[in-house]
Amino acid sequence: MTVDAWLQATTADAERRGLPELKPLLEALARATSALRAADFSLRPSALGDQLPQDPGHDFD
Amino acid sequence: MISIEEFGRRLRTRETTVEKATEESLHRIENIAALNAFILVMADEARRQARELDKELAAGRDRGALHGVPITVKDILDIRGTATTAASRVRDGRPARRDCPAIAHLRQAGAVFLGKTNLHEFAFGTTNEDSAFGPARHPLDATRSPGGSSGGSAASLAAGVGLATIGTDTGGSIRIPAAACGLVGLKPALGDVSLEGVVPLSRTMDHVGPLALNVADASRVYHALLGDPAATLPAPMPLTGLRLAVPRPYFCDLLDDGVRATFEGALDRLRADGAHVDDIEIHHAPDIGAVYLHIVLSEAAAYHATSLEAVPERYTLPVRLRLEMGRYVLAEDYVRAMAGRAVLTREVDAALAQHDALILPSLAIPAPPLGTPSVEVAGRKEPVRNIMLRLTQLFNLTGHPAISIPSGKTRAGLPCGVQLVGERHETDALLRVALACEGAITGA
Repeated sequence: MTVDAWLQATTADAERRGLPELKPLLEALARATSALRAADFSLRPSALGDQLPQDPGHDFD
Repeated sequence: MISIEEFGRRLRTRETTVEKATEESLHRIENIAALNAFILVMADEARRQARELDKELAAGRDRGALHGVPITVKDILDIRGTATTAASRVRDGRPARRDCPAIAHLRQAGAVFLGKTNLHEFAFGTTNEDSAFGPARHPLDATRSPGGSSGGSAASLAAGVGLATIGTDTGGSIRIPAAACGLVGLKPALGDVSLEGVVPLSRTMDHVGPLALNVADASRVYHALLGDPAATLPAPMPLTGLRLAVPRPYFCDLLDDGVRATFEGALDRLRADGAHVDDIEIHHAPDIGAVYLHIVLSEAAAYHATSLEAVPERYTLPVRLRLEMGRYVLAEDYVRAMAGRAVLTREVDAALAQHDALILPSLAIPAPPLGTPSVEVAGRKEPVRNIMLRLTQLFNLTGHPAISIPSGKTRAGLPCGVQLVGERHETDALLRVALACEGAITGA
């Protein structure tokens, strides 16, 4: 789902549920989601740089 | 105000008693009622505990560093016999049947519980404004926020109630109010202190820890929270040759002038005392906010989904709207955010591979006026919530231990804090660095 389609759908749903105050918050979240999707979070070593530790840590279990 | 160590000395030389210290704190609570720092004052229970602890000491049973130490607790941790409100009308008001493990450890260590402190509803905010019990207020200026979400804890301790307080920290909720009120605030490493019996916000990022008057006191309370009150104070690392790293890009881009001045002053004093201070970069720092938001919103919404359907009107409106927003986060974006968390964790690990600690300001602005949605910082208008979380939330994502230490005041007399961040899982090592740096950071 694109961010634009998501924003259209969620804004309409919030209106339907009687929560029009959510619209500016959803718009801000849409901007954050666009930034999140644009970020390079590949865990491949080439994206991280060779100097970084390889162990992602056990607290992600 | 005296330290826990000094209180212990006076107690054991019979210069004071637990009962006397408890009465003084209860009297002080009455005097600071205007700060609205408390949701529940446990006067009768505190007096009963105090009498018992005095009797024990007289009989030769000494529980250690926290014996008879009066403390307060954020009303988001279960204390047996009291309702845990989380500053919300949503909770049912039934008293907890048992202490959560963190509180049980403190009770075993001899702490006296004075009361439960106000917070931002469900710990979901940085100002303490959205509370079913009204906002807590800053002890130096009642028109300002004490920070949050552990705002009542910080306001009460800074105003002279008790010798330490217990908070929780999911994006900075111990370190932010500690910085705003001129206290030490420790977010231990992820997983150190049990979260059982603590109302969740985001279990990926929730932490329990102390606010205290100095690093040694924070260390004593931290070890008591672990169930190890007899632990000896970690030895300070030698300051000469200590390797500190300042993540300047992003973390020092948007700072209030007074905050920047106290931070640079602290760095100058550390250098003068022999520490090496390097500038480094956390490459994905600009993505921190987006990563944090998708995780905290999703996890908070999952916990609150049932009550959002059943009793939405019982939430304060701002908190309800943020939780409702979380219900719309897509699973794929939550997974992306968790991948971002892993990358950020590796980047902080890499920065610490060559340094003993990261050093950065704790809070980019001084305590903001209550009711202010945005502030101007370095010529930019920023939402208060975003700017207050900006310097702390990374270490909730990554789980690295972090501590805020007072670094002086702005020209307007408002406190500022400097944050030290240590290696993952190594809270004691961070405390050793903090003990070494405390004098230079505070300028004392």
